[in-house]
Formats: sequence, C-alpha cells, structure tokens
Amino acid sequence: MKSGLYGFLLAMWVLILFGGGILVTVLGPFSISGFGPSDMLITSMIKAIIAIILVIVWILILSKLKNWIFQKEINS
Amino acid sequence: MIELIIPAIFSCIVAFFVVFTMTPPLIKFLEKRNLTVKDVNKKEDVMIARPGGISIIAGIVASELVLYAFLQLNEILAITITTFTAFLIGYVDDRRVMGGWFKPLALAFAAIPIIVFGVYGSDLAFPIFGTVQIPVMYVGLIIFMISITGNTINSIDVLNGVASGFMVIASFSLSVCLFIMQNYEVAIISLPLGFVSLAFYKYHKIPSKIFPGDSGALTLGAMYGAIAIVGGVEIIAAVALLPAVINSFLFLSSVKQIVEHRQIKGIPVDHTDDFKLKATNDKTAPITLVRLILAGGPLTEKQVGFAIFKLTIFSGILAIITTFLMGINS
Repeated sequence: MKSGLYGFLLAMWVLILFGGGILVTVLGPFSISGFGPSDMLITSMIKAIIAIILVIVWILILSKLKNWIFQKEINS
Repeated sequence: MIELIIPAIFSCIVAFFVVFTMTPPLIKFLEKRNLTVKDVNKKEDVMIARPGGISIIAGIVASELVLYAFLQLNEILAITITTFTAFLIGYVDDRRVMGGWFKPLALAFAAIPIIVFGVYGSDLAFPIFGTVQIPVMYVGLIIFMISITGNTINSIDVLNGVASGFMVIASFSLSVCLFIMQNYEVAIISLPLGFVSLAFYKYHKIPSKIFPGDSGALTLGAMYGAIAIVGGVEIIAAVALLPAVINSFLFLSSVKQIVEHRQIKGIPVDHTDDFKLKATNDKTAPITLVRLILAGGPLTEKQVGFAIFKLTIFSGILAIITTFLMGINS
C-alpha cells in the first residue's frame, strides 16, 4: 500500500509538471484584441475558464488514477 | 544576504522559544479551565488541552515583529495579518462548532491583506516551461490558496504530532527552495514557521500534551499559503504539501461535499484489541490518507505518523527537484 501512495504522489507531481506545460504553452501566449480597454479582462476571463477546465480534467485523471492504484485496498 | 543573517537568527530564536516556553503554562491554563478534549486513539480516557493555536500564533507574531523591526517589509505585515486572521477564524471554530463551509469561506477573507498590501506578482511560475501571466485570475488564486492550505493542514491534524511534524518538514522544505531560488527575504520570513512548528511538536508529539485545534492548524496552513504567494513559489509549495493535498483529495472525492469530519457518519479507522489503528470495511466511511496507510494491516499511532512524515520528506525532495527545474527555462 505504501508503495502505491508513493506512486500516487509521484503521479500527482508529474501531472502538475504536465499541466504547467499546457498552461504556459497554450494559455501563456493567448490574447484577445479588438475590445479596447476590456481586452485584458476578456483575455483573463477566457484564461480562467480554460484553467478551471484543466483543473477539472486534472481532478478526473487523479480520480481514475486513485481507483486504479488503490482499487484492491478500497474494495477490501 | 549577510545583513539578513542577524535578523534571521533572532527571529528563529524568538519563534522557537516563545512557543517552547509558553506552551507548558498554556496547557495548565487550559486544563484548569476544562478546555480539554478526549484523545480517541488512547485506551485510557485521556483528556488533552486544546487549543494550542494560542502559543503558535504568539510565536509567529513575536518572531515576525522582530523581523519587521529589522527589515520593515510590507511582505512581513501582510503574512502576519493574514496568519492572525486565520488564527481568529480557527479560534471561533474551536469555541463554537461551525458548519463545513465556515472555514473555507472565512479563510478567503484572511487573504485580503496580501491583496491590499500588493505583495504578490501576477506571474505563475512552472518548472521546465516558464511562467504564465494571469493578472486578474491571480487575485482569485490568492483567495483560493489561503483557504486551501489552511483547510488542508487542518484535515491532516488527525493523530498525535502529525500536523506540527508535517509542518516542520513541509515548511523547512519550502524555506530551502526559497534559498535555492535566492529569494532570501521571503526565505527568512518563512523560517519562523518551521521553528514554531518544531517547538510545538515537542508537546504535540505522541503522547500529546496539547492539540493545536482549528486555530493552530489554520494558523500554520494560512501562513504557509501566504509565504507561497508572497514568495512566488505557489507550485513548489503545493508539491511540498502533496501528502496533505492527497488526504483532502481522497476525503472530498469519497464524500463528494465539503463537510466537517465530525459530520461524517461512517468510521474510516477503528482500533484493534491492543489499540493499534486498523482500516475499517465501512463503505460509507471516507477514504483518507490514514485509512490507506492502514490498508496493509494494523499499525500503532506512532507508526502511522512516521509513515506520513516519510511521505512528506519524499514530497519535500520533489519540491526541491521542482525548484531546480524552475531554473531550466529562466
């Protein structure tokens, strides 16, 4: 079980690195123009929505991982 | 750097000795006033003084004021006020039983001093890939961060010595990361958190003489979160905190709502005849870190505590590796 916990911890760390990569490469250069002074606000709102979607995906992946790693122990 | 050494040494000494000397009289005071709770993991009816958050906040405020006297940084004020507000929220919860939403919502307000003093950047730094600018979203992140770190530390405060021991390892790991990043001022501001936790661990370790209570756990967690924001090391701080994050994640994903532990009907962990801890088969009980550690068989409270500390050391090492990875793209 303890090795499973270390594996889960490592998986979370890798997902953080990977998620960071997506944020920087996809969200970083993303910007919207043509709305005048509201450009920054609209860009930030869209970035926030994408970030929230990414967090939800991150949680779903972790839930699947949790079930996969701990299935035996949770069901016992 | 050299000019920071004396303030750092002074503040660490103050942090450690305020808690170390203040906690024994606080225990007597609380016991005299009957402010005690039963230690459910002991065979005998043992009553433990609570809340120890009073000595923890005294150590933090005293040491940060010493630092402020030397450095006069707004960062110190913002972190101290945020931490003190979290203590007050925890103290209210210690004295009156509040609903599950009280602490996350109230802690969001504790983050306001960081925003008012403007002691944050709008860049979120990630390892390997670099930084992303999120000026508007970052304010929301500040509010979430304090709430999450405060409640995460509170959720891991389940066994003798675990919350304070966990914070010793996590906060010193964070301090090391800040030193590696050459963010010396915030690194020095963070050091008292480790020393306060270390002094409190002396009385909190098994067998506990005092429990930190919500006031203590929220104080430690909120200060940790505030340091992460002010130091611009949010991702590194999250990595160092991973075992507690796992605990909260497992708990929330199994109960699927924000509730207090006391509101949960199922029992995740029970005792054997010789009073070791064992995982139950209760399907209605939440999955927690302790329950998963015990899935391999019964263990003593001390053994479970050390298993959590080993996981924290592992995540501390991952945090340091993450810090070095930050340098790749800079």
